[in-house]
Amino acid sequence: MGSLLLRVMLRDLALAWRQRADVLSTLIFYVMVVSLFPLGIGPEPATLRVIAPGVLWVAALLAAMLSLSRLFAADHADGTLEQLLLSPHPLTLLVLAKITAHWIASGLPLVLMAPLLGVQLGMQAADIGVMALSLALGTPVLSLIGAVGAALTVGLRGAAVLASLLVIPLCIPVLIFGAGAVDADAGAAAYFSLLGALLVLALAGAPLAAAAALRIALD
Amino acid sequence: MSAQTKPVNQAPRERAGAIWLRYAAPLAFDPLAARMIPWFFAAAVLFGIAGLYIGFFVAPTDAQQNEVYRVIFIHVPAAWMSMLIYLVMAMWAAIGLIFNTRLSSMMASALAPTGAMFTFVALWTGALWGKPTWGTWWVWDARLTSELILLFLYIGFIALQAAIEDPRRADRAGALLAIVGVVNIPIIYFSVRWWNTLHQGASVSLTSAPKMAATMLTGMLVMTLACWMYSIGAALWRLRSIMAEREGISVVEAD
Repeated sequence: MGSLLLRVMLRDLALAWRQRADVLSTLIFYVMVVSLFPLGIGPEPATLRVIAPGVLWVAALLAAMLSLSRLFAADHADGTLEQLLLSPHPLTLLVLAKITAHWIASGLPLVLMAPLLGVQLGMQAADIGVMALSLALGTPVLSLIGAVGAALTVGLRGAAVLASLLVIPLCIPVLIFGAGAVDADAGAAAYFSLLGALLVLALAGAPLAAAAALRIALD
Repeated sequence: MSAQTKPVNQAPRERAGAIWLRYAAPLAFDPLAARMIPWFFAAAVLFGIAGLYIGFFVAPTDAQQNEVYRVIFIHVPAAWMSMLIYLVMAMWAAIGLIFNTRLSSMMASALAPTGAMFTFVALWTGALWGKPTWGTWWVWDARLTSELILLFLYIGFIALQAAIEDPRRADRAGALLAIVGVVNIPIIYFSVRWWNTLHQGASVSLTSAPKMAATMLTGMLVMTLACWMYSIGAALWRLRSIMAEREGISVVEAD
């Protein structure tokens, strides 16, 4: 079973690698959105430092939403998804493998890029560390919850926008705890615990729900 | 275990169940709904008149807020309904998903616009109430924010069902979304409360509920009843339209 998970994951990663431009465009979108905020709000370093964690998190959420449609769309278009549904292996695990690959291809680059953008917005070193860690814990949750929305809307017209519409309200707790970790006076540990709890919950529930949604979509 | 029960015992239970299950068929339920709708609307009007009368003429003027507080008679019932209807909607959707009953899923779809309407009314009247009492239309308070997110959840449900052309897929996809939403609502609510207590100073205290005169409470409860009756009537009305659209039941023929 483990080798199956690994194989699906490596296949998706190989596909992502061959379409590097897609992965890169999500990352560039992230950088662009973050760069828009100083232009819209003004260059005062004090203001930017205050809003930086929120800006980085909101932009990460938007970038994650943008990449959602890639999760199942290509496999749906070429019929791979139907083969996955027909395979004797538990669909939940196959979906989990796909989500993991999707996070490595689209979520992890955001986590790695965030410190650089944090420096650009004038965040302090300690805050940048906290923020990167909160993104590392939080973006997998975004991918997991997002998978449910992507699965529900697979094959629909305007699927990308619709999936964001469904998923964004459900992602609000992640945003609150993720961006809140940086501002926390009492220490970020409580926020990390909560983010970890969300991650565990999402790991347990989201692949199940996404698999059920795929069965509904391809019934 | 069920295989060993005597057939004698089973017969009456099946008959009792059959009465209810008969109405699970849209064709059988449509005439019943047609007969019930006027009664629910009539009750809604009666309770509405009684509730508004108590609210505007019987209930005393508030010592601190003067007459402005009277928006409570529509605001609080609307807020209650908005939350209740989401739960009821998710329940019907789940029943439809689990037992594969078409009517339950249609009921969920019929409830969604009413729920969204009440959520919007709660937000709107809240803004109208907030301006004279707190001096602002909108506060990023935990309750207001949760209510706004609830509106987003309703909109997501309606948008998803509208985007899917196959009605059975729309039913089941909507059901899954509603169930995921219900699981998430406590998490969202508590995260928003946590966020709010950390960010906002104690400028506006919404949690200290003042003592309420008995007539105020009566007026609010009667208005809530009116909202219940309206919701059931409106949902059944919409349900009949959905049935007519999907099952080809003639609406004119039914009465």
